[in-house]
Amino acid sequence: MAIEVRIPTILRSYTGGQKSVEGSGATLEELFADLDGRYEGLRERLIDDSGVRRFVNVYLNDEDVRFLGGLSAPVSDGDTVTVLPAVAGGAR
Amino acid sequence: MRYESLLDTVGGTPLVGLPRLSPSPEVRLWAKLEDRNPTGSVKDRAAAYMVAAAEKDGLLHPGSVILEPTSGNTGISLALVARLRGYQLICVLPENTSAERRLLLEAYGASIVSSPAAGGSNEAVRVAKRLAGENPGWVMLYQYGNEANARAHYETTGPELLADLPEITHFVAGLGTSGTLMGTGRFLREHVPGVQIVAAEPRYGELVYGLRNLSEGFVPELYDESVLTSRFSVSSADALRRTRELLSEEGMFAGISSGCVLHAAIGLAAKAQAAGQRADIAMIIADAGWKYLSTGAYGGTLAEAEARLEGQLWA
Repeated sequence: MAIEVRIPTILRSYTGGQKSVEGSGATLEELFADLDGRYEGLRERLIDDSGVRRFVNVYLNDEDVRFLGGLSAPVSDGDTVTVLPAVAGGAR
Repeated sequence: MRYESLLDTVGGTPLVGLPRLSPSPEVRLWAKLEDRNPTGSVKDRAAAYMVAAAEKDGLLHPGSVILEPTSGNTGISLALVARLRGYQLICVLPENTSAERRLLLEAYGASIVSSPAAGGSNEAVRVAKRLAGENPGWVMLYQYGNEANARAHYETTGPELLADLPEITHFVAGLGTSGTLMGTGRFLREHVPGVQIVAAEPRYGELVYGLRNLSEGFVPELYDESVLTSRFSVSSADALRRTRELLSEEGMFAGISSGCVLHAAIGLAAKAQAAGQRADIAMIIADAGWKYLSTGAYGGTLAEAEARLEGQLWA
């Protein structure tokens, strides 16, 4: 089973510089636990006691997981998870 | 139609169907043309309301300085209001925004303070807050946290949509300050049971996110997640493709954030169609394409246009 997880520049020190890694799990929580096994410390940068950290955005197939059940969001083979820092964005 | 002066023409924008891009007569896409505002963007609503609120609170006097972190549309809207109401405007914007924005701001008489490109809008906000701290007499309306921003949409955009499209099922808008989504979203939720409020968020190139410290991130103070039904991240490739489709299929020359919004709307339409449900999906066309011509978004191949957008704040 392979779920692609895209890593922002700031976190690539945890993945040996890789901008994309693969993991497995039935939910986002399991996926992050799986990644943490191989990329120690990564999970803690993404999650705290209340779920996904405030200034971190996680998207499952481009949809913000906070609207898909957060860490309980089901994930499947072929899905893409993207992690991005929360920014003020562009031209307002 | 007759108005006393230009500021009276804010809002009341047309809702236009997209017959070629809509999947079927039962699943319809609608575009609210916010470029039909006095300075050409949806921000005219927020600017008018924020200045009016500041005047009501006694914060502004003739010659007052207004300061705002803005990469463009809000600055341009504020520049018009400031000019006509007798205030000075200073805008803080990142270096890497399109030329048309700076030229327009200066033409209206605004002053510009540049913030480093690598910091994006986060940095512009930080610089503006610092300047506001150093100059207590200046008024920072602060679009990211000013309730008048969202209220403009609660009181105008939302009611206009409901009047034009009482059968609305989905509302889609770009996510920036979140003012449009929060204000319009709250209004529609109060009046249309089951309506979906969907955010379309631009996803930029790596340079824009850079080595952004995860603990120094930014969430607009106005943002209230509970108003949204879902939120989609849209790549520059998809936004560009859809912006061009909007022009080629429906003849609408829109800004790139509109392509971002259209992409999310088309996704919603496909989902409704697959589920055999009817849908009337209204989306915000925040502005027209004029300010983005120099980004190369409308000419050459998509791949060339995408490469040119890399590192730019395209929406």
